[in-house]
Amino acid sequence: MTYAIAQLAAVLATALFIFSLHWMNDPKTARRGVVAGVTGMSIAVAATWIQPEIVHHGWIVLAIVAGFIVGVPLSRVPLTAVPQRTALSHAFGGFAAGVVGTAEYFLGAGDNPAQLTAFRMSAIVAEVILGFLTFTGSLMAAGKLQEVKWIPQRPVTYPGQNVVNVGVLVIAVALGVLVVVHPTAAWSGQVFSAIVGLAVLFGVLLIIPIGGADMPTVISILNSYAGLSAVAMGFVLNNKLLVTAGALDGSSGLILSIIMCRAMNRSFTNVLFGAFGTVQKTAALGAEKVWKQETVEGAAQLLEQASHVVVVPGYGMAVAQAQHKVRELYDQLTKRGVRVQFAIHPVAGRMPGHMNVLLAEADIPYTALVEMEEINPEMQQCDVALVIGANDVVNPAARYAKGSPIYGMPIIDADKAKTVLAIKRSKNPGFAGIDNELYVQDNTWMLFGDAKAVIGELVKQLAGGGLH
Amino acid sequence: MIDYWSMLFVLALATFIGLGVIRRVSRLLYTPLMSLTNAISAIAVVGSIVVAGADYPGTIRILGAVALFASMTNIVSGFLITDRMLKMFKKQ
Repeated sequence: MTYAIAQLAAVLATALFIFSLHWMNDPKTARRGVVAGVTGMSIAVAATWIQPEIVHHGWIVLAIVAGFIVGVPLSRVPLTAVPQRTALSHAFGGFAAGVVGTAEYFLGAGDNPAQLTAFRMSAIVAEVILGFLTFTGSLMAAGKLQEVKWIPQRPVTYPGQNVVNVGVLVIAVALGVLVVVHPTAAWSGQVFSAIVGLAVLFGVLLIIPIGGADMPTVISILNSYAGLSAVAMGFVLNNKLLVTAGALDGSSGLILSIIMCRAMNRSFTNVLFGAFGTVQKTAALGAEKVWKQETVEGAAQLLEQASHVVVVPGYGMAVAQAQHKVRELYDQLTKRGVRVQFAIHPVAGRMPGHMNVLLAEADIPYTALVEMEEINPEMQQCDVALVIGANDVVNPAARYAKGSPIYGMPIIDADKAKTVLAIKRSKNPGFAGIDNELYVQDNTWMLFGDAKAVIGELVKQLAGGGLH
Repeated sequence: MIDYWSMLFVLALATFIGLGVIRRVSRLLYTPLMSLTNAISAIAVVGSIVVAGADYPGTIRILGAVALFASMTNIVSGFLITDRMLKMFKKQ
């Protein structure tokens, strides 16, 4: 009877999870997806808990309570910190899989060696390697995103790095094969522990050479690893619900990784083994061009007289906490009948979709957020492109400068707008600014200063009506 | 004996469904999508409940409880933050 309930619950939960993801295809229905997910989860947990084999309840209650105590504050982090939280939750997911795999192995080795068939042992080894490498890899990624002091932000590289990394993984897999063949030998426990250690080490080594620019891709890849470790856990525990949910998570991570890689014109192997950010090449500009500076008054006038303004936001906008001022600017302009849109590059921000969330938080309607592919054909008709804290994603060098780290990356064609206004913190020509020839184009005007302050001034100009 | 072939079958079908459904997810919602799939894959909690609650040796059950805690944290924070973000997406 309880077995039937469990199976029925699993089918129901699977269906609810699929609906949950399906409803994410439109912001209008998306919140329904959360309800479906929570319902599916509750059904699955309840159906598992009432099984007759569950005889100890104390620790279950304790762990669930502890999960709430830690989970609720984690859900209230500022939206700029969502990438770290996401990486941290991948770490927790990988950790849970790794720990359960370890428990299942020692349980079988101690009590019931017959359970450790070759197939099941392979699943356990896969679960433990994937789980623990996701655990430490995601912790490293979270640390880098959070800018924790003792984790180097810059990519750390050394000669022979890839050989070392691949070597560690190969040894772990080889030891894995060894315990699959001899699951209960006297030394198998030690070998198993060595696999855990190597997986933990591999996760760290894998992320050390990766820099900030690649974080959206890395988070997506770790997402699919976390899903795969859940799949392996499903095989170990003979649980089809786990396999299904893990596969959904894994395929989501896979799709996002592919989209992120395409948006940067890089391959998986290139991201994981290429140490992006170490090739710092200063693109030489042919002529000695200088930028032209615009005053706030002039910029406000330009914006006011435009009929179509496209804002290109970058992570710099979020760092300056300027999104709420941007919203005020949006209000001022739309009030005057100016059509304002936001051009979102797929890798804007620190994780997939990050920029959309940051702008949505500032109450900018999602209908004004436009994807790169949709906005680019319209850029020629655009009167003013307002670049706020974005750099690489509008750098025309990506189209032709072979050897540049961003060569081949699709960009937002801000340079094709009739006028470009770019807000930049520093006047210093020696820094990244001069690398970007967008800033010295004939139709580009620079506004120097902190994004929040500059946009605040623009809003004041427009609201004051001093221009009429 | 566990029927691993039917498990592989489930894995293949679920992957195809996953790819099909995820491909249609709105690009606006990739960040909440990630926190949602995160919470969903924390269904691993059902495995941890068994390890923590069945009649196993104490050390095994402690490992189960630790894993259960990790998954539960993902469930709670994942669903809550997804809803918090989705609430912000307004049409006008």
